[in-house]
Amino acid sequence: MKAMGTVFKYGNNVDTDVIIPARYLNTSDPSELAKHCMEDIDKEFCNNVKHGDIIVADKNFGCGSSREHAPIAIKATGVSCVIASTFARIFYRNAINTGLPILECEEAVKNISKGDQVEVNFETGVIYNHTKNQSYQAEGFPAFMRKIIAEDGLIQYIKKNLKESGDMEE
Amino acid sequence: MGMTMTQKILAAHAGLKEVKAGQLIQADLDLVLGNDITTPVAIKEFNKIGMKDVFDKKKVAIVPDHFTPNKDIKTAEQCKMIREFSYEKEIENYFEVGEMGIEHGLIPEKGLVVPGDVVIGADSHTCTYGALGAFSTGIGSTDMAAGMATGKCWFKVPSAIKFVLKGKPSKWVSGKDVILHIIGMIGVDGALYKSMEFVGEGIKNLSMDDRFAMANMAIEAGGKNGIFLVDDKTLDYAKKHSTKSYAVFTADDDAEYDEVYEIDLSILKPTVAFPHLPDNTRSIDDVGEVKIDQVVIGSCTNGRIEDLRVAAGILKDKKVAKGIRVIVFPVTQKVYLQALQEGLIEIFIKAGVVVSTPTCGPCLGGHMGILAKGERAIATTNRNFVGRMGHPESEVYLASPAVAAASALTGKITNPEDVVNEEVR
Ligand code: SF4
Repeated sequence: MKAMGTVFKYGNNVDTDVIIPARYLNTSDPSELAKHCMEDIDKEFCNNVKHGDIIVADKNFGCGSSREHAPIAIKATGVSCVIASTFARIFYRNAINTGLPILECEEAVKNISKGDQVEVNFETGVIYNHTKNQSYQAEGFPAFMRKIIAEDGLIQYIKKNLKESGDMEE
Repeated sequence: MGMTMTQKILAAHAGLKEVKAGQLIQADLDLVLGNDITTPVAIKEFNKIGMKDVFDKKKVAIVPDHFTPNKDIKTAEQCKMIREFSYEKEIENYFEVGEMGIEHGLIPEKGLVVPGDVVIGADSHTCTYGALGAFSTGIGSTDMAAGMATGKCWFKVPSAIKFVLKGKPSKWVSGKDVILHIIGMIGVDGALYKSMEFVGEGIKNLSMDDRFAMANMAIEAGGKNGIFLVDDKTLDYAKKHSTKSYAVFTADDDAEYDEVYEIDLSILKPTVAFPHLPDNTRSIDDVGEVKIDQVVIGSCTNGRIEDLRVAAGILKDKKVAKGIRVIVFPVTQKVYLQALQEGLIEIFIKAGVVVSTPTCGPCLGGHMGILAKGERAIATTNRNFVGRMGHPESEVYLASPAVAAASALTGKITNPEDVVNEEVR
């Protein structure tokens, strides 16, 4: 699985209220939510984002509310991956559970600029910056989360495992 | 290796003798919670699993509170969907508008959480119940769906930061000021993925309402949960509100903490978080001249009875400053009624304050008090992100009910000490 696209770059603490403002939460329709994604900090985002594009942000991306509408909105804009130095924990869970690819990589965040062409290989965690001809290595996911991702999200995973009880200790 | 309070609760619910930070476990849930924004998404996911019933009709709670009473047609349809789901699945703890409240006020009040429980809620402020010595944390809608289906949730066992509180806060310092101080100190990601454990002799000087306000804002430091040591006040509260059996967990003496902070409550000052992050805090002495347009007193952080008493004490026999809109929204119908019986509602209305039905309303910029471009509010809520209470160019300052009420009288952010002489707290 690979992703390739143009980078939209943001700073620290991009919160769920700017990813999708509460005033639009009277629907959970992904295409409706996508129309307003990021509009409070970047009015141009929705006009310019193309299928496959990549969001790169610094620390604590997705902090704030538990609204799953945030990863749903990002995914519905066509964004193929979010790379951040760190993610807020509920956003991290929600992204995995809903199948929005995310990667933690401080080095990538430091070096990638707005508008760079970036390619991500999810198997290896290698992020390649075509514009700057650099590559960065992202943190891998723990095995258990890779299982959820492989099952295409938590619901499929649960469906498959409902009958098996037992713990998931690593 | 010893375990923290949180680790002990998680181990007990995972059927394990011991857990370590970083370990992935599956824990049994005592309660799964959702609201009118997150539950519709969870229902769609729940239906995909194909289970007929929820795992336990007593252990699911659904509270429409964010946009209720329904603010528009789309909201009404979302609420209709969760109402029908709740009836069809015979969910016992579905709360219709007349018996509702903001979920994090309502759930403890209804006795649905007791010490030692494990609770997940599709709302980030589910961490509030840590005040009761429970492990409770916010998750998303898909986790809620999986929790309703299986009664279990996966967790990565968190490491922890210990806050040892000592001393007694001065008159105008509340739990809200303590937690704002802490968030200002460690930052909005200072406790990312971690537990915040509150212990020390100082906690006896914090009421349950103070503790709820503090645990509520653990998420504003990035925390997975915030949890208080259980003491007599906790047990009194639990016994008064619930018949459920509880379990008291304390950290082992050799439990490992990433950091330990000692906080002397007696030297803290009223604290205000400036836009646009909860860690952008200043002591009331350093606030300067900040004119405001609106005052919001309420929310799952500070809409409890003590909060309203403090605010009413300051506003009694006075008038709010001309041109300032002041909105009080009690956290639950029960608190509303109590405030009415104590004469607080009359004080508010006479002072020129509007009192709203319990709802999240303005806290998340939903309805009932939205800000226009360039306007400023001081609020007892928990978030001051860009656009949180309305227009992206409006501003929210976070403070205690005392500071908010004092500011209502002057039209600018004000130290309660400057407007009140007599003992009101
Ligand atoms: S009052 Fe505000 S913070 Fe609390 S649950 Fe409602 S929207 Fe969330």
